[in-house]
Amino acid sequence: MLTKRIIPCLDIKNGRTVKGVNFVDLRDAGDPVELAAAYAEEGADELVFLDISATEEKRKTLAKLVLDVAEQLNIPFTVGGGISSVEDVDILLKNGADKVSINSSAVKRPDLINKLSEKFGSQCVVVAIDAKNIDGKWKVHLVGGKVPTDLDLFEWAKEVEQRGAGEILFTSMDHDGTKNGFANEALARLSDELNIPIIASGGAGNIQHFQDTFQKGKADAALAASVFHFKEIEIWELKRKLRSAGIPMRI
Amino acid sequence: MKIVIIDYGAGNIQSIKFAIQRLGFEAVLSNNGEEIKSADKVIFPGVGEAGSAMRMLKSTGLDSLIPELKQPVLGICLGMQLMCNHSEEGDTQGLGIFDAEVKRFDSKVKVPQIGWNQITNLETHLFDKVEDGEYVYLVHSYYVPECEDEIARTEYGVNYSTALHRNNFYGVQFHPEKSSKTGEQILKNFLKLDLRS
Repeated sequence: MLTKRIIPCLDIKNGRTVKGVNFVDLRDAGDPVELAAAYAEEGADELVFLDISATEEKRKTLAKLVLDVAEQLNIPFTVGGGISSVEDVDILLKNGADKVSINSSAVKRPDLINKLSEKFGSQCVVVAIDAKNIDGKWKVHLVGGKVPTDLDLFEWAKEVEQRGAGEILFTSMDHDGTKNGFANEALARLSDELNIPIIASGGAGNIQHFQDTFQKGKADAALAASVFHFKEIEIWELKRKLRSAGIPMRI
Repeated sequence: MKIVIIDYGAGNIQSIKFAIQRLGFEAVLSNNGEEIKSADKVIFPGVGEAGSAMRMLKSTGLDSLIPELKQPVLGICLGMQLMCNHSEEGDTQGLGIFDAEVKRFDSKVKVPQIGWNQITNLETHLFDKVEDGEYVYLVHSYYVPECEDEIARTEYGVNYSTALHRNNFYGVQFHPEKSSKTGEQILKNFLKLDLRS
């Protein structure tokens, strides 16, 4: 049976992980390669690297990081953050990334989704959507949720699927950082209306939240950052508990 | 041992090279016929669309070379699909090594299938030390319905053949290079294959 996936997300700045991390036994908690290997060992099903650096050197640093991670990591990983062209994606995939995630650039140039899926296949194109619930309507936001657009979440998600995205990574800006649980209602609607996998993001605070997002939110995968980084939730324990709650998990 | 990964411009082959490296071996990337023929083990990868991958194989003459190979050959993902008779994807004629047709998943399941699923009914030395029901990483929209050449099975809406074997040819739909310790064991088994056994 296909399992639900648990995906830790690592924020990368200038080739190093940011946000405090307190994995024991790590020589250097800022080293993305070492951290990625530790997560893989703990049972993470996949990893996402989100590059938040804004330097001109960004592309080269990211390409090198991807190569270093691919050399060590025996589970799949996605790279996102400021990717805006076919050339960007080509180098990242060649260096060993399994998927790329695009966000603002897809909204600005929806055609990019078509180009990427035609050239590299849908399976490696993740479209990340950040949205906020404004007066009962889910509106897509850009630039890490700062800039609102007129796009409706569900309409945009459908368009993204039709253009060839292989997965959608949906982050609710209302839930992100709250640790009060995922946006399960919106997630369940996405899952019902679309026929590609949906990754839930934003709001993870405890194990019950993961259980809810898989059962009520019908998510195919759940992504979280701080609860894993700060060891508030151990991946092995999370997966064991979810499995005993009847959710298919790889253990 | 000489390991060649066929490099015909399709997809992410760096990961396979690295996975072999982690097992303590070196692999060469090549599209050169002589080099491929002289290898002890050949890996035939593939990611992307069947029709364009097949065109790339034809343009380099690899479409006629691969079926003639005598050493153990492992097709991965699209590589395995191209080794079948035919694929629905782009109505593509395959290499005809495995007697199978490649079909698209029914839309009653989410397509592509992305993630970790179980392999069961394991046969051949490719799965030595792998338990029935272990998990592997899969990403695909097309699949091989259960067939004669099956050596592993997976369920996703239907039961399908997730690994194939005929003579010196092996194929796996999953990505051993991304399938954690289970994948490492399978790659290790492939590198150990001796055609006499």
